[in-house]
Amino acid sequence: MADRTLNRRSFLTRSAALGGAVLLGGCDNRLSRSPTFRELLSSAEGATQGVQRLILSNRALAREYTEADLSAHFKANGSTQVDDPRYRSLAQSQFADWRLKIDGLVDRPTELSLAELRALPSRTQITRHDCVEGWSAIGKWTGAQLGPLLQSVGLKPDARYLVLHCADTLGRDGLYYESIDLIDAFHPQTILAYDMNGAALTEPHGAPLRLRVERQLGYKHAKYVMRIEAVSSFEKMRGGRGGFWEDLGYEWYAGI
Amino acid sequence: MHTAAIAPRTEFIYRHALIVRITHWINVLCLLVLLMSGLQIFNAHATLYWGSKSEPDRAILSMRAVQREDGSYAGLTTIGSHTFDTTGVLGLSGSGEDLESRGFPAWITLPSYRDLATGRRWHFFFAWLFVLNGLGYLAYSLWSGHVRRDLAPTRGELEHIGTSISEHIRFRFPKGEEAKRYNVLQKLAYLAVIFGLLPLVVLSGLTMSPGLDSAFPFLLDLFGGRQSARTVHFLCATGIVLFVLVHVFMVFVSGLWNNLRSMITGRYEIDTPEGGHG
Repeated sequence: MADRTLNRRSFLTRSAALGGAVLLGGCDNRLSRSPTFRELLSSAEGATQGVQRLILSNRALAREYTEADLSAHFKANGSTQVDDPRYRSLAQSQFADWRLKIDGLVDRPTELSLAELRALPSRTQITRHDCVEGWSAIGKWTGAQLGPLLQSVGLKPDARYLVLHCADTLGRDGLYYESIDLIDAFHPQTILAYDMNGAALTEPHGAPLRLRVERQLGYKHAKYVMRIEAVSSFEKMRGGRGGFWEDLGYEWYAGI
Repeated sequence: MHTAAIAPRTEFIYRHALIVRITHWINVLCLLVLLMSGLQIFNAHATLYWGSKSEPDRAILSMRAVQREDGSYAGLTTIGSHTFDTTGVLGLSGSGEDLESRGFPAWITLPSYRDLATGRRWHFFFAWLFVLNGLGYLAYSLWSGHVRRDLAPTRGELEHIGTSISEHIRFRFPKGEEAKRYNVLQKLAYLAVIFGLLPLVVLSGLTMSPGLDSAFPFLLDLFGGRQSARTVHFLCATGIVLFVLVHVFMVFVSGLWNNLRSMITGRYEIDTPEGGHG
């Protein structure tokens, strides 16, 4: 009896020790790189998105701050300049010839100049920008509300996502792009911003136009937006995960 | 003299319920992964602030690498207005070609190499497991009376807390009948962790979510801003590490095998002193 207790004891302690050793002994790096294990870890994203969408009413607003809260220095992250020659020549003439293209699964594909965008229903909001790295900055944004704009171009019934095609390249992976679903697209605080802190958007912050999607992390707020494409799925596009950073392993749903 | 009768008797009691044992070990795994992946996430911006936003000149803690005048590199950690040389551990670690500027060193982050995206995947998966496991434990403990019966200190215990402290300082642990229950310091420590530190680490973590901030704006007011919540999250993690260090130390000094066995099989051995007989 005593022997059996001892054996059971040593078995249990050994398995506990093994569990600890597996985790600490460098196996974690192999696990981190295993596609199957990554798939398992990533299942948490579905749970987070599902629960957040459940408790977050479609209209709930991100907190808005006052002028006194504005960051003295708003860090520009990701691309801070664009090398593309076509963008450079547009920038040369203060984007007078720039057009935002809206196409894909829409009834009336459209091209809009900056002046036309400025004439659309707009919204000004002082919000907090939360970078996935951990820092936050507060800025004042003015832009055209995306919802009414989408209503005017008309979405086809099978349109489920909007893909934002940008002018900047990061790393060697190519052009920046992002995507949002229609819940965020029609949220009142989702705007195509052309002004920051009361002045036209500067190049480090995404001139001439950037997305503000206030209930998600910074990388969703695509800069240098050139084209908005309505799609039913982004699975066949680029890395298939709906965005530049998403293709590198970051969450598509960046509400946390 | 009947020497045989003087030898202390041993008695086995069933100390930890199955659910407590299972949730305890799942919790161990979760906290280990959450700590290590959390430090990976922290490393992406190894600076803490108070308030809503990050103003670089108002950091309360920061870790960074600098180049010394002789060309070599140093890791510096600044807390408030004090700067410490933490080369090799904080701010700068690794050796030879692997020397790199990073908040916490590779051996304590998950994954060990720099990879924020993967760190977040680990963190959020185990955060879910941690919360579900914790809720399971809480539901059981409240329903079964575990909290009321085993964790809530009695009035008498609270009145004699001084005695318990002085016994702990001398590493004298309860024997016999007394050893069948948690002592008052143990009860208070467990209660503070279960109903204080752990809920706080979850809430401060959730406050960093821009999505949840929109659903529950009071979270921002509770912590005084998102950056404060990040700092509180870090402090809670530090508190949990300190608790675990003391907890494991106490497990060692009060009978390693007995304690471990009781948390694995439930059986706990008690020495009944002969004093009780006369």
